[in-house]
Amino acid sequence: MRYLPLTETDRVGMLATIGAATIDDLFVDVPASARLSEPVDLPAHSGELEVSRALGALAAQNRAAGAGPFFCGAGAYRHHVPASVDHLIQRSEFLTSYTPYQPEIAQGTLQVLFEFQTQVAALLGLPVANASMYDGSTACAEAVMMAARVTRRRKAVLSGGVHPHYASATHTLAHSAGVETRRLAAAVDGEAAVIAAIDAETACVVVQTPNVFGTVTDVSAIAEAAHAAGALLIVVATEAVSLGVLKSPGEMGADIAVAEGQSIGNGLNFGGPYVGLMACREALIRQMPGRLCGETVDAAGERGFVLTLSTREQHIRRDKATSNICTNSGLCALAFSIHMSLLGGTGLASLARLNHAKARSLRAALAAIEGVEILTPRLFNEFAVRLPAAAAPLVETLAAKGVIAGVPVSRLDPGAGFDDVLLVCATETTTDEDIAAFARALNEEIAR
Amino acid sequence: MRFTKDHEWVDLVGDTATIGITAYAAEQLGDVVFVEAPEVGKVVKRGDAMAVVESVKAASDVFAPIAGEVSAVNEALADKPETVNDVPEAGGWFVKLKVADPAEVAALMDRDAYEAFLQTL
Repeated sequence: MRYLPLTETDRVGMLATIGAATIDDLFVDVPASARLSEPVDLPAHSGELEVSRALGALAAQNRAAGAGPFFCGAGAYRHHVPASVDHLIQRSEFLTSYTPYQPEIAQGTLQVLFEFQTQVAALLGLPVANASMYDGSTACAEAVMMAARVTRRRKAVLSGGVHPHYASATHTLAHSAGVETRRLAAAVDGEAAVIAAIDAETACVVVQTPNVFGTVTDVSAIAEAAHAAGALLIVVATEAVSLGVLKSPGEMGADIAVAEGQSIGNGLNFGGPYVGLMACREALIRQMPGRLCGETVDAAGERGFVLTLSTREQHIRRDKATSNICTNSGLCALAFSIHMSLLGGTGLASLARLNHAKARSLRAALAAIEGVEILTPRLFNEFAVRLPAAAAPLVETLAAKGVIAGVPVSRLDPGAGFDDVLLVCATETTTDEDIAAFARALNEEIAR
Repeated sequence: MRFTKDHEWVDLVGDTATIGITAYAAEQLGDVVFVEAPEVGKVVKRGDAMAVVESVKAASDVFAPIAGEVSAVNEALADKPETVNDVPEAGGWFVKLKVADPAEVAALMDRDAYEAFLQTL
């Protein structure tokens, strides 16, 4: 189909047909103060070459994560994505298919979702996983609302280690569903503080490991305390690669586990699209949101796949659906699944150990700098450091020197009293030279 | 036993009414796979959505045919939802209500009236 704009003659003809004198007559219901009196001041049209040159100049003002030393984590992680992942997801059978509305005809899509769910269930250590959520933060919110439905209670307690963006997304969504959320004061190593906040109205406690400060916590005791009070434990992970070496949420007694899956198979993508992972105990499956793919046999006894338990979903259950999510992050989930398949269990564990080793090198390099204090007691691949001055301006200064030093806590959680704290992260993409350049630049700035 | 136009049955003994869906309803729904029961102690008004019955074809609300307080739910349906299809008007009951006003039960259709109502559908 060719796209051709209307000519003036077309416009006049259309207006005459509907009996309007001018196009503005169609907008008389919009208050004059809200209408533009003249066209928006945009440059005139240009040729393809000029447009390409102008946009290229704009793009050149960005500094890509891979262009030099880069230490940002805090929910979005730079990992190596093998070229084969991108190649495979671009096959048109995968790339052009959206959420399956006539699902059983798309057996390949369903098989991918089933395998994705199998991987997520294994990673999170729980028997049932859905076909993915939009991202980690909305998965966290959905888990809280799910816990409220299961327990028929209306309060959720979030630890001070839950990523502030996850906490605010959860508040926004759960609040509208009548569930009250309370986030405890930001704390580097305080996941267990949620125990004291549990009461008879508590539907769930939400903890994160590694938490937003990078601290790894065995939350088994929190699970016991929550269960003793009739509440559920939701465990959040923003860095899925950590699950390659850490105890899984299921092993620690989580009833629902949610994670951000971006780390595996997906680039930073300017903050999205990402892919939310969610798994739960089997007894809770009826209250789980999202699409679920199941394995079955067809009339001829052949293995096949179906979307199952769809009666939880809004196209059937309408206003009583478990959630208004009726799709999933299909392509990101596919990328996750392909990368997971390439890594395998041992590959994922090796990748996780490599991340941890890089983070330990980074920790040693930063700890050696006078005035820098390492705050995180047990880390995976990121940690918090206290600097002798406010972190945000220091990050700007270092950026000008070509080092993207990390995420200041003040940017995630303004006013939490952590203005001098910087979150830094190392992955398998971090080189020894990157670490040395960071340490050198930071040392210079602090000494100045 | 009394009946409603929403195809529920009510069996009043003393001040406790046992409530389920009729054989006609169970057949129309097809294989029942799940029943979502209310909480014991929940107070319902006549017409309130009280439970959800889910079959391979659809999910439908079950409305309270009379007012009362939920005194028991059929826990056995959690493992054997097919009981609703096998014996809808006996072992496939959904909830027991402590009835607020027994006259509400008397006002429902008797079996003959319900059978006659089914003929009109």
